[in-house]
Amino acid sequence: MTSATVTRKGLLRLPTFSATQWGPGLVAALVGMFLLVVLVLPVAKVVYVAFQDPSTGDLTIMNFVDFFNASLFRESFINSFYVSAMSVVFATLIALPLAYFTTRFNFGGAAIIQTLGVIPLIMPPFVGAVAMQLFFGENGSINLLLYDWFGFTIPFMEGLNGVILVQSVHFFPFILINLAASLQNIDRSMEEAALNLGSSGMRLFRRIVFPLGMPGYVAGASLVFLKVFDDLGTPLLLNINNMLAPQAYLRISSVGISDPIGYVISVILVVFSLFSLWVSFLALKGKDYATTQKGGGGLLKRDLKKWERIGCYGVILLILGFVMAPHLALFILSIASVWSFSPLPDGYTLDHYAEVFQSAGGYISNTLLYAGLAGLIDIVLGTAIAYIVWRTGIWGRKALDFLAMGAVAIPGVVLGIGYLRSFYEVEVPFSEVPLASVWGVIVIALAVRRLPYALRACVAALAQVSISLEEAAESLGANKSRTIRKIVVPLMTGGILAGFVTSFATAAVELSATIMLVSTESDAPLAYGIYLFMQSAAGRGPGAALGIIAVLIVGLGTYASHKIIERTKRDRAVDQQS
Amino acid sequence: MKKLISNARKTLGYSALAVAISSVSGVALAAGDKLVVVTSFPSDLTKVYKEAFEKEHPGLELEVLSKKTTAGIKYIQETAGNNKTDLFWASAPDAFEVLKDDGLLQKYEVKVNGIPAKIGSFPIHDPEGYYKGFAAAGYGIMWNERYLKAKKLPAPAEWADLEKPVYFKHVGMSAPSRSGTTHLTVETILQNEGWDDGWATLKRMAGNFKSVTERSFGVPDGVNSGNFGIGVVIDFFGLSSQGAGFPVDFRYPSATTLVPANIAIVNNAPNAEMAGEFIEFVLSEKGQQLLLDPKIRRLPVNPKTYAQAPAGFPNPFTDERLSNTLLFDLQLSKNRYNLVNSLFDVMVTYRMDDLRAATEAIYEAESALEGKSNVKAEELIQEAKGLIAALPITEAEAADPEFAGVFTKKRKKATDKVTGRQAEVESSWDAFVVANYRKAQSLAEQAQALL
Repeated sequence: MTSATVTRKGLLRLPTFSATQWGPGLVAALVGMFLLVVLVLPVAKVVYVAFQDPSTGDLTIMNFVDFFNASLFRESFINSFYVSAMSVVFATLIALPLAYFTTRFNFGGAAIIQTLGVIPLIMPPFVGAVAMQLFFGENGSINLLLYDWFGFTIPFMEGLNGVILVQSVHFFPFILINLAASLQNIDRSMEEAALNLGSSGMRLFRRIVFPLGMPGYVAGASLVFLKVFDDLGTPLLLNINNMLAPQAYLRISSVGISDPIGYVISVILVVFSLFSLWVSFLALKGKDYATTQKGGGGLLKRDLKKWERIGCYGVILLILGFVMAPHLALFILSIASVWSFSPLPDGYTLDHYAEVFQSAGGYISNTLLYAGLAGLIDIVLGTAIAYIVWRTGIWGRKALDFLAMGAVAIPGVVLGIGYLRSFYEVEVPFSEVPLASVWGVIVIALAVRRLPYALRACVAALAQVSISLEEAAESLGANKSRTIRKIVVPLMTGGILAGFVTSFATAAVELSATIMLVSTESDAPLAYGIYLFMQSAAGRGPGAALGIIAVLIVGLGTYASHKIIERTKRDRAVDQQS
Repeated sequence: MKKLISNARKTLGYSALAVAISSVSGVALAAGDKLVVVTSFPSDLTKVYKEAFEKEHPGLELEVLSKKTTAGIKYIQETAGNNKTDLFWASAPDAFEVLKDDGLLQKYEVKVNGIPAKIGSFPIHDPEGYYKGFAAAGYGIMWNERYLKAKKLPAPAEWADLEKPVYFKHVGMSAPSRSGTTHLTVETILQNEGWDDGWATLKRMAGNFKSVTERSFGVPDGVNSGNFGIGVVIDFFGLSSQGAGFPVDFRYPSATTLVPANIAIVNNAPNAEMAGEFIEFVLSEKGQQLLLDPKIRRLPVNPKTYAQAPAGFPNPFTDERLSNTLLFDLQLSKNRYNLVNSLFDVMVTYRMDDLRAATEAIYEAESALEGKSNVKAEELIQEAKGLIAALPITEAEAADPEFAGVFTKKRKKATDKVTGRQAEVESSWDAFVVANYRKAQSLAEQAQALL
């Protein structure tokens, strides 16, 4: 490993813009241009307000002074930071055992467990909130039963702790997916070497396995941190207003108010997210995680003893039970006639599904199309950016990475308004249709919003592909593009698919930017349909039914891509044998 | 592996092709005869009108764009440069006022007969002729019967009931800055009781809040699911929840304002003529009858329609309590619109925890005081109550258009100038309010220590 590092450093010292770099350079320029148009300009149009003196229209930083002078905002900032950090801790506690067990042991249904691990990410808006309250709320099923039987209740959903709980249950899959992908990529010989030298058990995990899986963990953990920091839905659902994202949202979307402070908060969200991203860069800096061999792949898998098996299943079931509770509640809600202040509904019915199937066809196909295209755009961009950042010396590559990751910190509303501002007055050539009202714009918005997920996954995957494999290909006469196509991308497949799944799954239930951009109902995706239903008392059941359909679609998609990963691995193993 | 990659490449190609084709067809489709309505109403309402209207006008497509009121306003503002929307259809008159002030609405003269000039004391149509009322709604109190029974609470009847200690942490309401209709309730209470007393009432009520929901539908939703027991809601939320089978009930307190829900043609509407037809349809006898649908349950503005209403359906034209509702000064409301929103958020929404803690301390001190006489403790409690009620701004200041301008400083021209910044003002209010709430809490605790 040490020698590989030395070679790598030697090779990468490219002071001049050499001939081998013009291809990636061109790609970098194109990607940069694209991000400039679909991310920087629209956001800049909105954010500009933050630097405008509201009374004169001149540029000023007075608004930022106001921000730091207000105790409410300082408190909000501290709350947001605390909640994000604690959520990372709890998400790690949930994800670590799941990732370890499934990659480490021969275990029936590992694919199902990993699929189930993605499901929390796809809690559709609004219905998820209602379902959580019905189960865990102060007067939800669990507390009603506890009160009936034991005379006390547990405030699961109260205050900042409630936010931390919901967020870690919601976002832990980021760590699970990335960490599992990382663990699967660890070279088995590292572990064998350690075992030969007498290390085993916890020590082996602590000293060898976990450190080697670090790129995946850091990728996942930084996403959790950023997402929680920027997340709006959960605090709003729990009626916690004293955090930054809800403050920004509440202020930006108030009727008729054009106070710049909402935009100031958005700027601060972006800056702080970039800062924490930079910290996660530092954490990985100066270390080399690449392993040269891509042998049978992954850690040694071993069979469990009987009691170990029971223990593992116990832990997994406990975690999954907790994590899947909102979906169970959602499902019950979708078949409930009336469910009000009681542990279980008064009666059951399939009417809601009947109602939804009449109108949902368009929503479903739109969602598949938009989220699928967005996921595709994301992995193409993600792979390109990952390669440019980690494998070339192109000027400004770090900026490109920051730029793409910055999207994670842009509140959906801001992006939505930015798109309307930038693209509504531009018309599609040869027609009078404004560019912003073509559904393709929704796809771009979704792709931009989910690009960070795919990018982190691609970066983690690339970090584990040793550069010496590329060097070998090149010394055998392959040019750059051929090397990337034939060597790098195939070796990154697992990570790329993980990226696709996260982008696709989360794009399928995104609402905040979409709701600004949907301009005809026939173009609307599922999340928007759910929103429509959830506007009325009679729509709660059908909304939940539509939510369940969304969860099923994304769940099936995820399961299918797991199958593809498995098959790829098998193919690869066969290739090597022949 | 090779196969996988070539497959992936193929899929990519197909999808790119699909994008190209469908965006072209999307453009082609856009040319038909259609009417675009931006609305905040639920699909239960819009679906009914869409079907009925399209039946009367074969070949026409009524395109419904549902956005919540705030997003709808933003959408129309942001797209004004290339407007594709014909109608804006929503509850709160204030939302229409905002659009009207921005010059984004178009005047229209209604042809249908039989609609009175006023409902309660509110003019049904905009006196300036920009937007038209088509249904009335009044604010009231809804509650979950199972919840009240389980917690052994009496059903509330008046706004004043909601201030009682028994309802501590059982009440939910939306914030006026989030929901135009909630704003009307707050403004009604302020106009009814006066600036200082009105705010005192509101804050005593707010002390009992379990939550301030982020959207107006969050309140009926919370009551329906039993998350909290009592909600301050607009009537159709209560009536339609009942219609959907939830164990809830609704009541108008004696002080309520009936306010029309409205519709207006957007300036430069692509299909203004058809938009007018739709307004006529909504106000016609047929259109008015649709409001009685159990999933809609809004009060028609045509008095004749009530003949077909189900038993027990409130009729504002004959029900004394509703027809004698308060005078509502729309101009006053408009002048301090954003200021009231911001003040409510600073004093209640963002400082709910402090307010609740102070309220709880006062309740505890009061219940300890019961049956005893302790002048000192009584004084401390009164002082604490005074601190909670105290306002950082007087009515005269609030009515000063120059000061209110801080909150509306939308610069129409580059030469417009506004002094003061909202964040600066809010920050000073916040400091004042937090200090008072904390002091009130400690005074109440001192009082309790004496007992």
